[in-house]
Amino acid sequence: MPPLTSRPPTTPVLAAETRHAVSVVLNGTPRTGHAHPRLLLSDFLRHELGAHGTRVGCEHGVCGACTVRLDGVAVRACLTLAVQADGRRIDTVEGLAAANQGRMTALQEAFRRHHALQCGFCTAGILMSLTDYLGRNPKPTEEELRDMLSGHLCRCTGYAGIVRAVMDVTGQAGGVPARGPAEGGHV
Amino acid sequence: MKPASFDYLRPATVADALAALAAGGDDARVIAGGQSLMPMLNMRLVQPRLLIDLGRLEELRSLRAEDGWLTVGAAVTQAEVLARPTLAREVPLLAAALPWVGHVQTRNRGTLCGSVAHADPSAETPLCLVASGGEVVLRNAKRRRTVPAADFFLGPLTTVKAADEIVESVRFPLARPGSGHAFREVSMRHGDFAITACAATVDGERASLAVGGVADRPTLRSWPLTAGGLPPDLDDALNAFAWDLGGDDDQHATARYRRDLVRRIGRTVLEEALSCRR
Repeated sequence: MPPLTSRPPTTPVLAAETRHAVSVVLNGTPRTGHAHPRLLLSDFLRHELGAHGTRVGCEHGVCGACTVRLDGVAVRACLTLAVQADGRRIDTVEGLAAANQGRMTALQEAFRRHHALQCGFCTAGILMSLTDYLGRNPKPTEEELRDMLSGHLCRCTGYAGIVRAVMDVTGQAGGVPARGPAEGGHV
Repeated sequence: MKPASFDYLRPATVADALAALAAGGDDARVIAGGQSLMPMLNMRLVQPRLLIDLGRLEELRSLRAEDGWLTVGAAVTQAEVLARPTLAREVPLLAAALPWVGHVQTRNRGTLCGSVAHADPSAETPLCLVASGGEVVLRNAKRRRTVPAADFFLGPLTTVKAADEIVESVRFPLARPGSGHAFREVSMRHGDFAITACAATVDGERASLAVGGVADRPTLRSWPLTAGGLPPDLDDALNAFAWDLGGDDDQHATARYRRDLVRRIGRTVLEEALSCRR
């Protein structure tokens, strides 16, 4: 264990009433904005950097609408402070097509094909979770997928279309009908 | 919902963090993963003047198994512990329970130490720590002390941790050969807070059951094995335990339902732990 020492802090405190420079790499592009310490990353992205693709739902970590990738990992932007993201890489839904010659990615196309969204409010967060998750688990079982999706609330689709889209894009469409009547969408 | 104003410190060392915490007194709070604290900040249930961010301190990122303990530093996330290939062998109870902690997206930032410091009575990590006979390592600017998990939790969101201390690490005893472990919980939806969670450990001599979500803190009881099996009067023992836990009615479930879950899931996990001994 390291030795116990007692001395005054040497790092500067970011004052509450001052806006501090926050630099991130947003979807591959270095960006700098300013934030009070209390500013949430979700609000920083939308109001300071103009990246409106990230939606803000419950603001206490339950709904998953604001999910972004922080250094590649899916996290809640509403449970992260902008100042905590300083110097880190953030990927949002805008970056998906931007990194694909401006065309929707295969995952996004599958969402469209399988009606995996209706109002679309939850979609950006779910796509960011999926891009992280499928990178680590390229062929999830439906059970694994539904477990991951339990971190997102979608009140339109019943999740059935989302599950179908992911099964399709991961080459597992065989076990899942393209369109099913009155499927249970329980997650 | 937005947090009230606070100063923010990202200290360079743990010593810096502890000095700032000592100077800040009750107006200072530490944050690591923030998955319990940030909702409380957003809802303004807590309004610190100073927030001290431990999240990037390399000193707190230790995750190691040695001398019979798995030690998890304050900045180690639930996802990192869950991804440890040897976890199921080292602390099988934790391997079984961590998938029930929040969701993939919150486990990516949430820490075990943060969950223990937060001390929600229905949280899985404090339950596992109590169930396995773990320890909490507390540290302030002057000293370090180790508290057994059984003595750490005092009630809902209340622990023996002083305002100038941080939870530096939590320590889980490595599973002994011949022991068995099982975990189950009932919640409204997977990832929600548990209505009742049960963690069982059975070794060569005793069967232990820890229950979360019923009493105001995770609570452990154990019984001697009878002829290598569970006690013949286990149903009576579980019934007495369920009543002693003294659960309340709330918006999620009645106290009666919670007692029922202790009797039923309690028996199930004890039987599972007994049968998976190795």
